[in-house]
Amino acid sequence: MPGPHYVAAIDQGTTSSRCMVFDQAGRIVSVAQREHRQIFPRPGWVEHDAAEIWEAVQGVVAEAVTGSGIDFGQLVALGITNQRETTVLWDRHTGRPVANAIVWQDTRTDALVRTLAGHEQLFRERAGLPLATYFAGPKIRWLLDETPGLRERAERGDVLFGTVDSWLIWRLTGRHVTDVTNASRTMLMNLRTLSWDDELLAALGVPRAMLPEIRPSAEVYGTTGDGVPVAAALGDQQAALFGQTCFGPGETKSTYGSGSFLLMNTGTEPVASKHGLLTTVGYQIGDAPATYALEGSIAVTGSLVQWLRDNLGLISSAAEIETLAGTVEDNGGCYFVPAFSGLFAPHWRSDARGVIAGLTGFVTKGHIARAVLEATAWQTREVVDAMNADAGLALTSLRADGGMTANNLLMQILADVLAVPVVRPMVSETTCLGAAYAAGLATGYWPDTDSLRANWHKAAEWRPKIGQDVRDREYRNWRKAIDRSLDWSTP
Amino acid sequence: MWGVGETIQSVERAAGILRLLASGPRELGVAELARAMGLPKGTLHGILRTLVHVGFVEQDAATGRYRLGGTLLHLGSSYLDVNVLRTRSLNWTDALAGRSRESVWIGTAHEGGVLVVHHVFRPDDSMQVLQVGTLLPAHATALGKVLLAYDPYGDAGAAFHAPSATQSAASPGTPSATAPGAALSATPGTAASATAPEAAPGATPGMPSATAPGATAGGEPAVEGLAAFTPRTLTRADDLAKELELVRGRGWACDVEELVEGEVSIAAPIRDARGVTVGAIGVRGAVERLAEGGEPSITIVSYVRDAARAITRDLSR
Repeated sequence: MPGPHYVAAIDQGTTSSRCMVFDQAGRIVSVAQREHRQIFPRPGWVEHDAAEIWEAVQGVVAEAVTGSGIDFGQLVALGITNQRETTVLWDRHTGRPVANAIVWQDTRTDALVRTLAGHEQLFRERAGLPLATYFAGPKIRWLLDETPGLRERAERGDVLFGTVDSWLIWRLTGRHVTDVTNASRTMLMNLRTLSWDDELLAALGVPRAMLPEIRPSAEVYGTTGDGVPVAAALGDQQAALFGQTCFGPGETKSTYGSGSFLLMNTGTEPVASKHGLLTTVGYQIGDAPATYALEGSIAVTGSLVQWLRDNLGLISSAAEIETLAGTVEDNGGCYFVPAFSGLFAPHWRSDARGVIAGLTGFVTKGHIARAVLEATAWQTREVVDAMNADAGLALTSLRADGGMTANNLLMQILADVLAVPVVRPMVSETTCLGAAYAAGLATGYWPDTDSLRANWHKAAEWRPKIGQDVRDREYRNWRKAIDRSLDWSTP
Repeated sequence: MWGVGETIQSVERAAGILRLLASGPRELGVAELARAMGLPKGTLHGILRTLVHVGFVEQDAATGRYRLGGTLLHLGSSYLDVNVLRTRSLNWTDALAGRSRESVWIGTAHEGGVLVVHHVFRPDDSMQVLQVGTLLPAHATALGKVLLAYDPYGDAGAAFHAPSATQSAASPGTPSATAPGAALSATPGTAASATAPEAAPGATPGMPSATAPGATAGGEPAVEGLAAFTPRTLTRADDLAKELELVRGRGWACDVEELVEGEVSIAAPIRDARGVTVGAIGVRGAVERLAEGGEPSITIVSYVRDAARAITRDLSR
């Protein structure tokens, strides 16, 4: 084959699709990105056109590969990472979606989920998930209930279900498969057997005939028309865990965007959470046993900075939060609990609402900016404490990625609050990188996970600077502020 | 009325006060300002009151001393929030570290030195300490030479007068653009003191108490002119002026063992949409990797310039 060889990864996200090409050192060779429409038919409903997404994906792959002078023959593998839980139903014969995809954020299944309350323990034990509108199972059920004739077609196997990975692999290779990480977000898969569970299917009323075959995250699923092996699929947060090379139990990554997602590798046994975290599959490489993870999400982190910019006008760009927070030495006694739509893990209090506590005449906008950054750090601390308690492991360092890692002050506060070093990796596009790594492993481009670890380099590291007494005092104050956010909203 | 070539005295005096306040790390009291300007305190009070009123100057509530106001900082065309600069540069600096296999630095002009606003570790997993917030000497680093050579004020500007150079800063005469180094003439040891971590007010509280490369070496007082860190440091103003001319001619700068023995740095300018240099990006590493026969590696120079151009393009969007 001519020239050097590369691995490509598709990152099919909530607002856009990207394709990145990586070399053997894990460096980015080219990037292409295309947005797709967000469809909001009613309040609380969010949809995507799966056909439009497929077109966008084809476009970005062509642009990233041939547009940068690479021949498809130089691609040894293609990996996929995707927005999780978003649900696509399509006709096996025409290849057309039978409805718009229901996006993970969509809350139309709220009432449906409440009717499932009697099965809550079953879902917790078998699927590792709480009852919530995010997951794919209730979305499938909703479409089957609301679309005339659809259930019969699904039972005959004429209509197929897939999360976005499955939809793209079907279009690329013609095979109807999904990977274990995406399947673990449906509420239909048994976490231990890694197969569809009849009791879960019955509880949700989803026919088995429409479901894809569950496969490992890294293996060759098939080849594209251009002869490129499609060799990996991972949900986006799991891909970030993989891209951060968190291959050992206790290794933890946190991705800081509008919200934040922490995943901790817990090894080859699923750990049931007693502290409101999710149990999920981290990844499965070929025939090897699956690696599990605990997941905690924080609803409001980066979006609080945006709120300060857009709703209060205290800053004109998100990066300026650091400048404003840098005008003061500390928070001036001020704490900001951004419970805009309740508190997530580990509290799970939908009655909570945002509060700014500890205000005095002394407090300036600089103190509030600082409290905003500290809110992200303390929320991370609460999730980390829950993970440590559930897993019986102690976090020794946190691998951070995402846009907010450009904020030095936030990263320092995070290290101070967690009392462990916070590390930013050289390649901040860990999601794409993780999918590329998995695909490269499946095809022998990289021999083993050790060779991937050798590619991982620290771009920066922040070490804790404050004393334990200060940390303890601040944590106490934060928890007092949390208490004051509770019992506010009445349903 | 006044004719062409005439100037308004009170505006000149206001400008002189602003230059003084911009030149040092300390806030200044009325007495010090009056002495430096050669003006009676009463005259000075009037001008200061006006400058405070328009937000160009702030008075410290506790000490009563004066400093530059936030309004003024946002006014200058070259002003770009350093945290915005870091955010916009992040992907490009990582890519440069990956290509060059060296540590990457972004600096901006600050109080006679170079304030490190972003630092990416050399990707070899060796022990490295984040140096964000450190102040480096301008004349002995590639970052500093770039910032001096492309100083938007054309006179090695107020921001670049070392603290002890305030007297010359106060004089209304503008140094000739062809000899920008002259304005840098500092008393011995000035640049060395600038490397002390506590001299970096831009440093984020809680940051590692960074020590500048070479700070331990100290600045050997030169007989006249700029502080020497190694035998190769440019210590004479006219040598530096010649060097800056070269930097402007080729569009990049280097220091070959001028700050630390055995280390080379290479840098290029980052410009905003108007073409004003708002920062410099560069790499620093061992002389055997970054130089060939005493000359900086052209491959690395091209990587640095690519990254600088990419960030410049990004900033103009």
